[in-house]
Amino acid sequence: MENRIEKKFKELKSSNKKALITFITSGDPNYKTSQKIMQTLRLNNVDLIEIGIPFSDPMADGPTIQRSSQRAIKSGSKLESTFKLIQEFRVKEKKIPIILMGYFNPIFQYGLERFFKKCRIVGVDGIIVVDLPPEENDYILRFTKKFNIHNIRLLTPTTNKKRLKQILKYTNGFLYYISVMGITGTKKPSILEVEKSVKEIRKMSNLPICVGFGITNRNQIKNLNRFSDGCVVGSAIVKFIEEFCKGKVTEKKMLTSISDFLANLQK
Amino acid sequence: MRKQKINYKKFPDKQGRFGKFGGRFVAETLMPLLLEVEEQYKKAKKSNDFKKKLEYYFTNYVGRPSPLYFAKRISKQLGDVKVYFKRDELNHTGAHKINNCVGQILLAMKMGKKRIVAETGAGQHGLATATVCALFDLKCIIYMGKLDIKRQAPNVFKMKLLGAEIVPVESGTATLKDAMNEALRDWVSNVDDTFYVIGTVAGPHPYPMMVRDFQSIIGIEAKKQILKVEKKLPNYLVACIGGGSNALGLFYPFLNDESVQIFGVEAGGEGTNTKKHAASLSKGKPGFLHGNYTYLLQDEHGQITDAHSISAGLDYPGIGPEHSWLKEQGRVKYFSATDREALEAFKLCSKLEGIIPALEPSHALAFLLKNAKKFKKNDLIIMNMCGRGDKDIFSISEHLDVKLNQK
Repeated sequence: MENRIEKKFKELKSSNKKALITFITSGDPNYKTSQKIMQTLRLNNVDLIEIGIPFSDPMADGPTIQRSSQRAIKSGSKLESTFKLIQEFRVKEKKIPIILMGYFNPIFQYGLERFFKKCRIVGVDGIIVVDLPPEENDYILRFTKKFNIHNIRLLTPTTNKKRLKQILKYTNGFLYYISVMGITGTKKPSILEVEKSVKEIRKMSNLPICVGFGITNRNQIKNLNRFSDGCVVGSAIVKFIEEFCKGKVTEKKMLTSISDFLANLQK
Repeated sequence: MRKQKINYKKFPDKQGRFGKFGGRFVAETLMPLLLEVEEQYKKAKKSNDFKKKLEYYFTNYVGRPSPLYFAKRISKQLGDVKVYFKRDELNHTGAHKINNCVGQILLAMKMGKKRIVAETGAGQHGLATATVCALFDLKCIIYMGKLDIKRQAPNVFKMKLLGAEIVPVESGTATLKDAMNEALRDWVSNVDDTFYVIGTVAGPHPYPMMVRDFQSIIGIEAKKQILKVEKKLPNYLVACIGGGSNALGLFYPFLNDESVQIFGVEAGGEGTNTKKHAASLSKGKPGFLHGNYTYLLQDEHGQITDAHSISAGLDYPGIGPEHSWLKEQGRVKYFSATDREALEAFKLCSKLEGIIPALEPSHALAFLLKNAKKFKKNDLIIMNMCGRGDKDIFSISEHLDVKLNQK
C-alpha cells in the first residue's frame, strides 16, 4: 500500500498547493477534547496531522509544548490511548496522513516492534523521534521498513553538508526543516536564512521540505511557501488549548478559535 | 566459562558507548555541537599546553592534590579497619565539582566560547562553574530547580556574588533533571557563543567520558598516595552516587586493578521500598534521558519519575551510563543508604573526625557504618569525601529541629 504521506504530497504538487501541517499533543487536555480537536483539524482541511506523544522531559520543546505534554500526562495520556485516538479518528478519516512525534524513551519502553506494528494497524504514516539522530537509527530502521512507517527526520540550521547526506539516507516521506536554532514556539524564523538553507537542501534531495518551529501567522506561511512545500504549526494551536485549560474560554469557543485560526492561515 | 578480561580504560567506544549504555540521543540541533565538542576535547587531551594549564589551575587555584587522610576514629568505630578519606571537600568551593569545571571551561575558552551555561542540583556544580567563570571573566548562567534554590540558599547567594545569573526552573519537577533540560534548551538556542558545562558523568557523549577524565584526578592521586603510605592497593573503594562523577573520578584509575573491590552508594531516600528515593541502579531500568541510555527511575510508560533524597546533589532519576555498564559487568557493586542513615553518619563524622561532611558523602560513610561487620581487621578502604557540609547546615538543622538564624 502506498503511504498516505507520499500520496498527499503528490496530490498537493499536482494541484500546486502547499501542505499545512498541524501539531497537537495526544490527550491534551484530555482524551475526549483531543478527539474533538482532531475533528476540527479535519474539518478545516489540514493536510497532515502531527500528534505529539507526551513525555516528562521534552528536551527540544519550548514552554508551550512542555506544558501541553504535562497536561496530557496528567490526564492519563499513554501510548495506548494515543493509538486509540488515532484508531477512532480513522473510522471517518482515511486520507489525512498522521505523523507521531515523540521522544525515544516512551516508544522504547512500549517495545519497538509492538510500537511500529501498532502504528501500522491504527493508521499512522510517519514517525519523528526527536532524540534519535541518524547515528542511532538502527534501533528503528528494521521496524519502519517492515511496517512501512515513514521515518521523518529533522534538519536544522546547525546541520552541515556532511550530516545532511547522512540524514537523507534515512529519511522518507518529507524533510522537516527546523527554522530556528532552538526549541519549539519561541524564536521567530528569519525567512531569508530559511530560504537559503532550503535551497541548499533541494540540491541534494527530491523529498518535499516542510518548515516548522516558531510559525504563527499567515504572512510567515505565505513567505515560507514561496520556496518550501509546506509549514508546520504547533505551539500556536496548543496556545488555544491552554486558554481553555486556564478557564478563559469554553471548549466550544476554543474549537471555534482553532477553526478560525486555521481558516485564516489557509486564506 | 571464564569471562574475558575487560580493559576498562578502552571505554567508551567510538559511538560513546559503554557496552550498550551511553551513546548520543539528542535532537539534531545538538548533534553538530556535540561532535565539535568531542573533536576539540580530543585535541585538547593531547595538547601539552592544555595539560599544563589544567595542572596549573589544579595546583594553584583548586588546591590539588587533596590529602588522603587516615580517619582514625571512624576506622576504630568500624572495627579496626583502615579508612582513608580522599579529601576533595578541601578543594576550592568545597567539593570535587570544580575539577571538572576547570577542565571544561578551559576547553570552552579554547573553542572561543564566551557564555557558559550549567545545571545544578545541590548548587555545588553551579558554584564551581560560577567560580571558574568569574576567574576567566565569562558570562555564566546557572539553571536551578525552584525547589533546590530553596534548599540550597547559601550556594545561591554565593553564585550571585560571583556574578552568575540564576535562572529558576519551574518546569517538570523543578529539580536537577529539569534544570538539565533547561540548560540543554538554552544551549540549542544559543549555539554560537555558548558552551554547556555538564556537572556529572551523564548527558550525551562525549560528556560522560570528558567529565570522568577530568574527575579521575581524584583516583590518580589517591592511588599514588595510598601506595606511598600503605605500600599496597586498597581492598575497597567507596563513594556516593547521584549522577556519579565523584565516584567515577575515584574508581576509574582502579577499574583494571582486579583486587580492588568497588562500591557505589546511591541515595535511598526514605527507603528503596518506598517511592521516595533516588536509587536508579537498584530500582530503575534502562531507558533514554538527557542524551544517553542508562538506568532511570521511570514508570511503566517510560515517563521519568521524581527522585527523592535529603541531599539535593543525589536527587537525580538517572545515573552516568558508565555506572550502568559497571553494574551489569559486576565490576562495581551498588548499594544505597537512606536519608536517616546519612544524617547519622553526618553527625558521627562531625564528632569523631572534626570534619563536617556534605550530605552526599555522608551516604558513602553510612554504607560503611551499616556494613562494618563485613569488613576484616586492617582492611584498607578509601572513601571519597567529595564535599563539605557547609552548604547543608541550614537544611540539616531543619531536619534536626534546630532553628538557625534566630532574631
